[in-house]
Amino acid sequence: MRALALACLGLLLALPAAAAEYAALPGGTFTSVLPADGKAAPAQVAPFRLRTELVTNAEFLAFVKAHPAWRRDKVARILADARYLTQWASADTLGDEVLPRQPVTRVSWFAAQAYCESERARLPSWYEWEFAAAADATRRDARADPAWRESILGWYSRPSTTALPQIGGAANIYGVRDINGLVWEWVDDFNALMVASDSRDQGDPDLLKFCGAGALSMQDKENYAVLMRIAMLSALKAADTTNNMGFRCAKSD
Amino acid sequence: MTRPHLYLAAAAMLALVACSGKPSASSGPAAMAATPTPSTSVASERGDFGPPQGEPIHAVLTSPPHVPPPIHRNYPAKVIVELEVIEKEMPISEGVSYTFWTFGGTVPGSFIRVRQGDTVEFHLKNNPNDKMPHNIDLHGVTGPGGGAASSFTAPGHESQFTFKALNQGIYVYHCATAPVGMHIANGMYGLILVEPPEGLSPVDHEYYVMQGDFYTTGKYREKGHQPFDMEKAIDERPTYVLFNGKEGSITGDNALTAKTNQKVRLFVGNGGPNLISSFHVIGEIFDKVQPEGGTVAQHNVQTTLIPSGGAAIVEFRTDVPGSYVLVDHSIFRAFNKGALGILKVDGSENKSVYSGKEVDSVYLGDRAGSNLQAVTTAATAHAAGTLTKEDQIAAGKQLFAGTCSVCHQANGEGLPNVFPPLAKSDLLAADPKRAMTIVTHGLTGKVTVNGHEYDSVMPPMSQLTDDEVSNILTYVLNSWGNPGGQFSKDEVAKARAAAASAPAAEH
Repeated sequence: MRALALACLGLLLALPAAAAEYAALPGGTFTSVLPADGKAAPAQVAPFRLRTELVTNAEFLAFVKAHPAWRRDKVARILADARYLTQWASADTLGDEVLPRQPVTRVSWFAAQAYCESERARLPSWYEWEFAAAADATRRDARADPAWRESILGWYSRPSTTALPQIGGAANIYGVRDINGLVWEWVDDFNALMVASDSRDQGDPDLLKFCGAGALSMQDKENYAVLMRIAMLSALKAADTTNNMGFRCAKSD
Repeated sequence: MTRPHLYLAAAAMLALVACSGKPSASSGPAAMAATPTPSTSVASERGDFGPPQGEPIHAVLTSPPHVPPPIHRNYPAKVIVELEVIEKEMPISEGVSYTFWTFGGTVPGSFIRVRQGDTVEFHLKNNPNDKMPHNIDLHGVTGPGGGAASSFTAPGHESQFTFKALNQGIYVYHCATAPVGMHIANGMYGLILVEPPEGLSPVDHEYYVMQGDFYTTGKYREKGHQPFDMEKAIDERPTYVLFNGKEGSITGDNALTAKTNQKVRLFVGNGGPNLISSFHVIGEIFDKVQPEGGTVAQHNVQTTLIPSGGAAIVEFRTDVPGSYVLVDHSIFRAFNKGALGILKVDGSENKSVYSGKEVDSVYLGDRAGSNLQAVTTAATAHAAGTLTKEDQIAAGKQLFAGTCSVCHQANGEGLPNVFPPLAKSDLLAADPKRAMTIVTHGLTGKVTVNGHEYDSVMPPMSQLTDDEVSNILTYVLNSWGNPGGQFSKDEVAKARAAAASAPAAEH
């Protein structure tokens, strides 16, 4: 009886996954913290659509049930490390500790990519993600506002020993929610962020990993909040999972 | 008697080394012997004593102010160091919390002790609950980045790299993940000691003290959780300058201890990120200092400079009992930003060296009391909305002991003709509210208290926060036969603001 009720609950919660909302973003010329030519050139972002919400535990559970190869007890170790989905009670139940509407974390890049494919989508590129995250509730580019930066830094300085909040935070001007201040997010090109377009100009490609070079990258002190996200992404391999790394999907227009 | 000879010999050997150019290159093979003779006291040479021998050894790591025991080993070994990065919220002062990023759960991080020539297999773990990637740059490592590139580790992961400790000395380690300054400012530094092959001379106590500067958005001692302030860090305007990551970490019950006629060795590091330390122990002269952690010793030193990202070894003998105050002698940092520690020396008086009057309260301010636990209790209660008069009185009593008792005396009686009494004070009783602005803005000129005239200067106690003033005055009003009453933090804030704007209006 109880099991049946739980199963029904699971079904109900799984339903919204079919109707993930995507917001249309206009794209355009965009000043990224990572210049397109390694020096100063702005990035070009084509119009794209971005999931308004992070992928949740309930949604990822439905995906795992439909694609058992991505169960934590079935997945190949080269696609997801040993921590993959270990917050769940079992390979196909969330349990009491994990809320359906919390963003799913401890997912690898491979798993995130596979999920997005199931929504006929893909992971956003870094430029797309950064473009969307530059906005606040009223402006497309709020990065010059100290309040915008403080909201990011406030999250950095909160220890993550308490449970993750659920999705559904305030929307930015595009209708995208929780892009800053809830979890890290995978991007499609996460492992290409450190590769210099011209190694003769850039010196060591692993810029941010080194003390001195890291300091050089911090010349624009306004950028460091975003650069810390890049540092995080560049610390990972595609099979890695962490307690705070989730994702959302994107589609080309 | 033999000392001058020893120095001469040492100097001669130094000269020899200097003449031969790069000492390591020429003397390397000679030093390969597994057990160098203890007499090679000119241990400025780098030492590759060959491949590691014996079973691998797990390094003993200690939390500050403790130091792992000396290594009594006469061969190079493989030493395994396992260090975990933990991001955690901890108190930075009474009633003030901060999210520290730590090596091993403490600020500074765990003390590591190896022997010159050891092969160190370093495991850096990043706790799964952490948000940030981290790495480690050990100044004792010879190689690009000091291990930083090889140890870049995402949360929930582990990195491993191996280095040979070629140079002896005391070295800083720190996180070098961008933004480097922020990782260091959050407490990511510690010390690694590479012992000379013959070991260090025996002492009675070894302690681990490390200075750091901290940048919070709130003011010094502003209660509650305080986030990191990047602007202040870039401007090099610290809110706190601390020994061992917390105000009071080595005062009161946590003070370092020794007995008279003992030898004390301090490993003193400076994590920065910005400030250079003028390290001084009030009432002591360092018999021996190894400045910058180097091999050549300096003797009879009062104050030694410790660069940011540097360390020193200081040694002295305890002759006279009492409390010795560790400070950064850029002295406002000590009394207004927290850079204070205590070495408490117990034993019998030695009147031939010093007459014996204690000077604790003058130097220590509110750190003269044993602890400030009641201040934390009051801050917690205030945050929870359950602050009682009793909480305020208890906190105020501890704060009074430091800030006010030097002049007004612990019993509130003041000093005749110099400092007016607070006990049964008619001035206080006539207008208790006026006390708030006397504390925040000072009082100069003639006042009559209990029939006696005083003409002196009380400077503004502007370093006290509103909540400290409210607690101190609530304590005073409820002590020594005064009429009672209670002030809130908000009342003090209003009084302070009103007094600040009043003179401007007059002019």
